[in-house]
Amino acid sequence: MATTFPRLLQKHASERPQEPALREKEYGIWQTWSWQRALGDVRAMAAGLSSLGFTPGQNLAIVGDNRPHLYLMFVAVQAMRGVPVPMYQDAVAAEMAFVLEDAEVHFAFAENQEQVDKMLELRESVPGLTHIIYDDPRGMRNYTQPGLISVDELMALGKKHDEAHPQLFDKSVALGQPDDVSVILYTSGTTGRPKGVCQTHASFIGSAAGGVQTDGLNGKDNVLSYLPPAWVGDHLFSLAQWLVAGFTINCPESSETVNIDMREIGPTYYFAPPRVFEGMLTSVSIRMEDAARFKQAMHRKFMDVARRVGSDILDGKPVGMGDKLMYGLGNLLVYGPLKNAMGLSRIRVAYTAGAAIGPDLFRFFRSIGVNLKQLYGQTETCAYVCIQKNGQVKLNSVGQAAPGIELKIADNGEVLVKGVSVLKEYYKRPDATAEVIDENGYFKTGDAGVLDHDGHLRIIDRAKDVGKMAGGAMFAPNYIENKLKFFPQIKEAVCFGNGKDMVTAFINIDFEAVGSWAERQGLPYAGYVDLAAKPEVLKMMAECVEKVNADLASEEGMEDTQIARFLVLHKELDPDDDELTRTRKVRRGFVADKYAVLIDALYSGKTEQFIETAVKFEDGRTGKVSANLKILDAKTFPPVRSAA
Amino acid sequence: MNAPHAMMPLPPDAPPLEQVHAKKIGDVILDIKNISLRFGGVKALTDISFNVKEHEIRSIIGPNGAGKSSMLNCINGVYTPSEGSITFRGQTFAHMNSRQVAEMGVARTFQNLALFKGMSVLDNIMSGRNLKIKSNLFMQALRIGPAEREEIKHREFVERIIDFLEIQAYRKTPVGQLPYGLQKRVDLGRALAMEPQVLLLDEPMAGMNVEEKQDMSRFILDVNDEFGTTIVLIEHDMGVVMDISDRVVVLDYGKKIGDGTPDEVRNNEDVIRAYLGTSH
Repeated sequence: MATTFPRLLQKHASERPQEPALREKEYGIWQTWSWQRALGDVRAMAAGLSSLGFTPGQNLAIVGDNRPHLYLMFVAVQAMRGVPVPMYQDAVAAEMAFVLEDAEVHFAFAENQEQVDKMLELRESVPGLTHIIYDDPRGMRNYTQPGLISVDELMALGKKHDEAHPQLFDKSVALGQPDDVSVILYTSGTTGRPKGVCQTHASFIGSAAGGVQTDGLNGKDNVLSYLPPAWVGDHLFSLAQWLVAGFTINCPESSETVNIDMREIGPTYYFAPPRVFEGMLTSVSIRMEDAARFKQAMHRKFMDVARRVGSDILDGKPVGMGDKLMYGLGNLLVYGPLKNAMGLSRIRVAYTAGAAIGPDLFRFFRSIGVNLKQLYGQTETCAYVCIQKNGQVKLNSVGQAAPGIELKIADNGEVLVKGVSVLKEYYKRPDATAEVIDENGYFKTGDAGVLDHDGHLRIIDRAKDVGKMAGGAMFAPNYIENKLKFFPQIKEAVCFGNGKDMVTAFINIDFEAVGSWAERQGLPYAGYVDLAAKPEVLKMMAECVEKVNADLASEEGMEDTQIARFLVLHKELDPDDDELTRTRKVRRGFVADKYAVLIDALYSGKTEQFIETAVKFEDGRTGKVSANLKILDAKTFPPVRSAA
Repeated sequence: MNAPHAMMPLPPDAPPLEQVHAKKIGDVILDIKNISLRFGGVKALTDISFNVKEHEIRSIIGPNGAGKSSMLNCINGVYTPSEGSITFRGQTFAHMNSRQVAEMGVARTFQNLALFKGMSVLDNIMSGRNLKIKSNLFMQALRIGPAEREEIKHREFVERIIDFLEIQAYRKTPVGQLPYGLQKRVDLGRALAMEPQVLLLDEPMAGMNVEEKQDMSRFILDVNDEFGTTIVLIEHDMGVVMDISDRVVVLDYGKKIGDGTPDEVRNNEDVIRAYLGTSH
């Protein structure tokens, strides 16, 4: 689609000027911007910027919560052929300073006094930042710093400037090209400095259009915009798709009122990271525990029905008449009120992304009739690589390649992406750009994944952690470990298998969970070492491993990485002993060296191994823990071909 | 910050934030002269005089039982002083009732929250508009005459207060369910709903944790700054008082032992003795 965001706004404003474009709750009432008013504001802001000396090609930093003027500022900047650079409102000063420097920012848009204060402080070290525009005038009366201007003043300036130069706006919009960079999104950068991802109008509009087409989004839809505007997900949903589909975005009153606002608006299209859905489910469970017994019984009964047939009904699969009736009744008595309480009554499509979602969580929402789906993508791909289509939702996959996207799995298992959404470049970093885009134009995601026979992508691990079994199968340690850690009794797990003929595992029991289980069983134990070696505990661990193996056997590409042998460690892996990082990630190499004798035992077929380990106590003293560890064989399963 | 500013390049020596916030303190708005208050033989206040200037934050501090709340109750018309006079905006009163005081534009909050626990935050703050509502009960019940228009107007005002105090998330929550710090904020909101010229705050930060105290201090400063409201504040927490007050009165055993800027009071021998005790 050869167009730009400002042109899309013009189109909506001329085709349906009076329909709602944006809403914001202020002073207890939802205030509406029609498309016409939205364009008017953008025009005034753009002209205002121009009168202040903002020139094409300049970058403008945007920092703040979701506010209509903030979203309109994106478009105003684009209309002046500049590039908006959103920043996370809670980023630390050093990171903000880096972005302001790197992007050579002279103009910043700050939501309120808090953000203005930050910008003023940063200005001392980033002198290039001359103009700060703010939205909320609260507390700003006594600020007289030069270069500070409210958005209302900016628009007043703009209106005058527009009257004097009536051609300015339209000409500038007409000059804007689809291949121009529309936004620079800085990645938080877990390693090294943040990098500015340059995306064009064409790539974001193309990505948005793919999603709009997949889910049939239109001008009647409503979205609650509450995620950080600097996040690629919000940019796609609240800005790109907003202008492509022409739906209404609704800005909450404050970050604390999101739940209330959600119920009032009843969005039809909703996007949230897994933790938000988790929070909803938790609050439901807590409230159910406090509910009257009759209600609890009703909830249990109908949730059973929902679990059994809910997803099938949602997917339009055939379901028995009796179940259908029960589900209908459940919808009336339980699911409907539940969805209403969560503000999900009108949801047509809901998405989650950003992290892996627990299968139970995912199933819960789908079973009560919320069409929750997953998508996959990163900042470099406009959050648009894979998308689950209606009726084709698989729990453990992120869906098929989205329209306009080509997927390929590299030899090392890495997911490669080519197509409409791939970034133009990293800002001023040709070296980094060359690193992630290969000679054929494929973007290297850094994630390892598997494509199943239907073309559904399953993300399994970070590519750098993935190895290969001696037999050639891909070995993804994190993936298997996460499955193990999913059991509350298992605190930590480390899998080995790179270059070997079978997968083996170290397991750490969760002392609290297993300890309280032992107490309930009347099983006496003397401490961690003793508990971890109890035959009953070993049996329980074996059952967990078995379940994981059964799971792996049913997954394409994972059949050969079932855990063959394992042992339960006599001590907890601990950051104090350098076995874990401070953020509790396993330091594989270190653990493999330290416990080399155990790994040897796992692969040599021994059934027992003595080990003595030095440990550091919290007061700095060191001691020794020794144990005779049993090595167990786990039951493995033949591969199961699932029909779906 | 008008438009021409915005076009100017940044001079190298931009003033820091603190200097930018400068407020104008006006004339004496409330003058308290030789107030004494006795309950039978107990002398709660003895010959106290001080004044409050427009737009300032004036604190009354003192150890337990020093007579701070009694002083506030005299200003507020709850107690009638045995001797002395109170002059408010040039009018002198020997005694008055609370309603008169309220009508003159003096609002207060309470040490032991006197909110309607079962009512929502919105309704509690709305009750602060009581004096401003002209239509009678009958008209309101039947929504006839100007009642509805009036309600909308007052609701708008209350919504601005809710926005100002950042309690939008609790608009419809019964006050009894809110944590203490938020209840205090609602109490302040209700006082603000009266559009007071003088706001009397009785220990607004009692029983709060550090974070809540910081929030409350900010709101008090903001009220003073944004609406120009004169504030008379009773507070226990010396740190807070010294940080936000323009002038401080110190009471001890019903007598005034100090009066002046926070720095003057901090270095006053009598005050130090009253707070820290002396070796005899």
